[in-house]
Amino acid sequence: MTETADSGPKALVELTGVNKHFGALHVLQDINLTISQGEVVVVIGPSGSGKSTLCRTINRLETIDAGRITIDGEPLPAEGRELARLRAEVGMVFQSFNLFAHKTVLENVVLAQVKVRRTDRAAAEAKAHALLDRVGVAAQADKFPAQLSGGQQQRVAIARALAMDPKVLLFDEPTSALDPEMITEVLDVMRGLAAEGMTMVVVTHEMGFARSAANRVLFMADGRIVEENTPEAFFTNPRSDRAKDFLSKILRH
Amino acid sequence: MLFEDGNFGLFRDGFLRTVELSAASAVLALLLGTLLAAFRVSPVPVLRSFATVWVGVFRNTPLTLLFFAVTFGLPRVDVHLSAFVGAVLALGCYTASFVCEVVRSGINTVPVGQAEAARSLGMTFGQTLVQIVLPQAGRAVLGPMSSIFIALPRNSAIAGAFNVAELYSVQQTLSERGYAIFVLFFWVALAYLCISAAVGLAFRRLEHRPAVAR
Ligand SMILES: Nc1ncnc2c1ncn2[C@@H]1O[C@H](COP(=O)(O)OP(=O)(O)OP(=O)(O)O)[C@@H](O)[C@H]1O
Ligand SMILES: [Mg+2]
Repeated sequence: MTETADSGPKALVELTGVNKHFGALHVLQDINLTISQGEVVVVIGPSGSGKSTLCRTINRLETIDAGRITIDGEPLPAEGRELARLRAEVGMVFQSFNLFAHKTVLENVVLAQVKVRRTDRAAAEAKAHALLDRVGVAAQADKFPAQLSGGQQQRVAIARALAMDPKVLLFDEPTSALDPEMITEVLDVMRGLAAEGMTMVVVTHEMGFARSAANRVLFMADGRIVEENTPEAFFTNPRSDRAKDFLSKILRH
Repeated sequence: MLFEDGNFGLFRDGFLRTVELSAASAVLALLLGTLLAAFRVSPVPVLRSFATVWVGVFRNTPLTLLFFAVTFGLPRVDVHLSAFVGAVLALGCYTASFVCEVVRSGINTVPVGQAEAARSLGMTFGQTLVQIVLPQAGRAVLGPMSSIFIALPRNSAIAGAFNVAELYSVQQTLSERGYAIFVLFFWVALAYLCISAAVGLAFRRLEHRPAVAR
């Protein structure tokens, strides 16, 4: 009893000494990061600072050159079935949605449940309908992705990721391909998830979302985590010059 | 002349043999070619190299030489095949190298985000390929694929020179019996045309299937 009280929430994602190069470019430099169960971490920083790469290393869409990444205590396996199994625990939502273009909305949410989790079809469909309802696109279940608006597509993508019951969800600029009026509908779904205790890593420049939903903001520049703080402290009182400079630029718009 | 002396039976048997040979080679080429394409995009370096070498060898060797290798080379290493099986092997392996390249370029038309999304959901390489990538590559692949399979029955004529009693060899047999060569060529050419047209038509119908058109 006392033990759990002392250790606080469990560490779900741990990166230790992570380094990554693209050729001569050192995109991730000595990244150390621990994300606890239920935590919402927002990653911001200038273009090319390595935010997407950081996100993608966590489910090994990008390999790393050095260091260690664990999900719920398990190190990421190299390749093959073990990796696939662990990836199913880490949901990912992409900037460009990446819904399966040749499958209906429903089938997008059903497919991996059946193929990866071996859920029977009826149960998978029931779950898919419930999730589509939850993200507000139940009426679109039988359409193809191309027939939906960007905001609807992104919400389907979130439902698709949720269908795997992931331990953590990664979002790489989920709203930056969307028209302004659709951004809110996606952010609202994400806020709902945050409130329910989903562990989330969100690359975004939506400051409103960071302030209202994040527990922590990471500021990245040149492949390093330059600053990390609560959203309130970071936005009102950035410590590093890089962060001050960056915030002054994005706040001006 | 076609309807004299039981020539029609000979002609019909040759025709059917050509259809059989083409169909069997096409099935082999399609399966093997798709497998090779999967190898070429696989994360395993050995498989990638294997497929690259395969395509390099079979695409650049004249088909006649492959028939020679199968007919005279394989028996030397104690592999004895019937002339028909040997012909299917030569034609199938040769055509597979073309199929592989077509499928691979089809795979490249599918945005990488599709495969990344599948992988991020925990699908294996095989599932990603079969469920997500290949079905979407299908559309881009049909056109070039139809050229390959229209050429296949014509290429199969080489088998006639290697003891397979197919359509083209019937022409030789009959011309040895003294029939006018032009007439013979006319009927043989017409028969090949029918086969090619049938293949072309089949592909045309596939292209217009709504599931593929999407
Ligand atoms: N596959 C790749 N090959 C080579 N270089 C890459 C690759 N992916 C990213 N990079 C480079 O790595 C750096 C970091 O890229 P990354 O996409 O992580 O940045 P980011 O912080 O997400 O930027 P943005 O805000 O523009 O999305 C950039 O300079 C980028 O050009
Ligand atoms: Mg990015």
